[in-house]
Amino acid sequence: MNLPAVIAIYKFEMARWTRTLLQSLVSPVIATSLYFVVFGAAIGSRITEIDGVPYGAFIVPGLIMLNLLTQSVANASFGIYFPRFTGTIYEQLSAPLSPVEIVTGYVGAAATKSTILALIILATATLFVDLRIDHPAWMVFFLVLTAITFSVLGFVLGLWAESFEQLQLVPLLVITPLTFLGGTFYSLDVLPEFWQKVSLLNPVVYLVSAFRWSFYGTSDVSVQVSLAMIGLFLVLCLAAVWWVFKTGYRLKS
Amino acid sequence: MSQIISIQGISKTYKSGFQALKNIDLDIEKGEIFALLGPNGAGKTTLISIICGIVTPSSGTVTVGGHDIITDYRATRAMIGLVPQELTAEMFETVWATVSHSRGLFGKWPNPSHIEKVLKDLALWDKKDSKLMTLSGGMKRRVLIAKALSHEPQVLFLDEPTAGVDVELRNEMWELVKHLRDSGVTIILTTHYIQEAEDMADRIGVINKGELVLVEDKCELMHKLGRKQLTLELHDPIETIPVSLEQHQLIIAKDGNELIYTYDSQGERTGITHLLTDLAEAGIRFKDLDTSQSSLEEIFVDLVRRDQ
Repeated sequence: MNLPAVIAIYKFEMARWTRTLLQSLVSPVIATSLYFVVFGAAIGSRITEIDGVPYGAFIVPGLIMLNLLTQSVANASFGIYFPRFTGTIYEQLSAPLSPVEIVTGYVGAAATKSTILALIILATATLFVDLRIDHPAWMVFFLVLTAITFSVLGFVLGLWAESFEQLQLVPLLVITPLTFLGGTFYSLDVLPEFWQKVSLLNPVVYLVSAFRWSFYGTSDVSVQVSLAMIGLFLVLCLAAVWWVFKTGYRLKS
Repeated sequence: MSQIISIQGISKTYKSGFQALKNIDLDIEKGEIFALLGPNGAGKTTLISIICGIVTPSSGTVTVGGHDIITDYRATRAMIGLVPQELTAEMFETVWATVSHSRGLFGKWPNPSHIEKVLKDLALWDKKDSKLMTLSGGMKRRVLIAKALSHEPQVLFLDEPTAGVDVELRNEMWELVKHLRDSGVTIILTTHYIQEAEDMADRIGVINKGELVLVEDKCELMHKLGRKQLTLELHDPIETIPVSLEQHQLIIAKDGNELIYTYDSQGERTGITHLLTDLAEAGIRFKDLDTSQSSLEEIFVDLVRRDQ
């Protein structure tokens, strides 16, 4: 294990984050606060409780997930795409590094950043709504697992993308719609039966559902199924990374 | 000297079908400065990239320090430092951060005193807290060298290290290269400044169209392939070469003030005595004479042309 290299990549990525704190930390927090104001206070006050939870509090896990997913993908994809774009990737490719070590460094940093952000948003949420967390350990577990899973997805995206446009495309066209349609702002129960079934094809449904369960003890899908689906998604993402490094796809000629 | 790099039967065909390298066999000896010369697109960078692990060879094997570059890549890559041709660097990072980062990537724990030494050797110490984007091209090139030296490599690849670097800095870099060689580092460089290879290298390899045209000790190469010229500064200028001297294939230079005679220094007979006798008989007097050997550049151009 090339531990100095893993630490070097991790520290390098974290340092990059601190240089752009305004963009990576402040702006998501402001955006989320606006959600709380609009959906929690303004509109939320006219919406009845869902599963015994006031609407403002109900959307908190979903909003945290929304940020966790987009930031995990954005951080990890940019982290590996940028050296590819500038050409500095030669150094990682010529260093005594195994794929596992490269992924650990990049994904570890991306997941750390998005987890910190999620916890800050959670703290911000407490300023707007009364929260309760029934299963705090599970909450942290789902948070970290999701951050890792989507950071791996972002890493794959950063390896695949050949332009900044492509880098934006997946978060914009896939992640954001899936998150909005994944029960962030509503319970699946409010959908017609057909759309409930369609929603089950959306991996974000399982994330939000399980995460919300850790807060309020209720979920759209059983927690075990959610856990299995998140695990499956993580395995798929890791398999994609493994394939990229094995074949050198878009990394080596 | 023992080998530090052994290249056997390396070929590379890119997906486009372009064959960049054709069955290259080459041994690099420990502690030498090896210059790889060749025109643009000859395969120099591809060969270096294969040894460093950036490009996958289509066939053949390479060992570095006795370790295979694919099955034992950790051992080989830890021994190698690479200075790429392109000025690619983390522009938003400071010099200190990027050089320290490189050391970590190559598996070494932080050692600020070594980084300090490298930066001082490369006259980068007063720029250690500057962001790379604020540095000149020559400074960035030095940073790339500092990055490559950060993990104390035994083999250093310099791919066109002095491209776009001013004369003073270039001389400083070559001083550094000599210093590194003296400390036991094996250096493989490609350069467009053939004069540099002539001044610096112990051995020369010429690569053209993916084939290694020759590998030779520099002195032997120049001795073997070099031609010598005898320049005679004439007392009185001449306009034409007398018929009696035609067999010597002389060239008139400097408005008839000089005669140039080219001969093979390796030949059994240089023909100089014969020429001088004929000159005396033709009544041509000279006031000075000079001999010069053809440069590596001329040899190189000749080799590449011959191959075309």
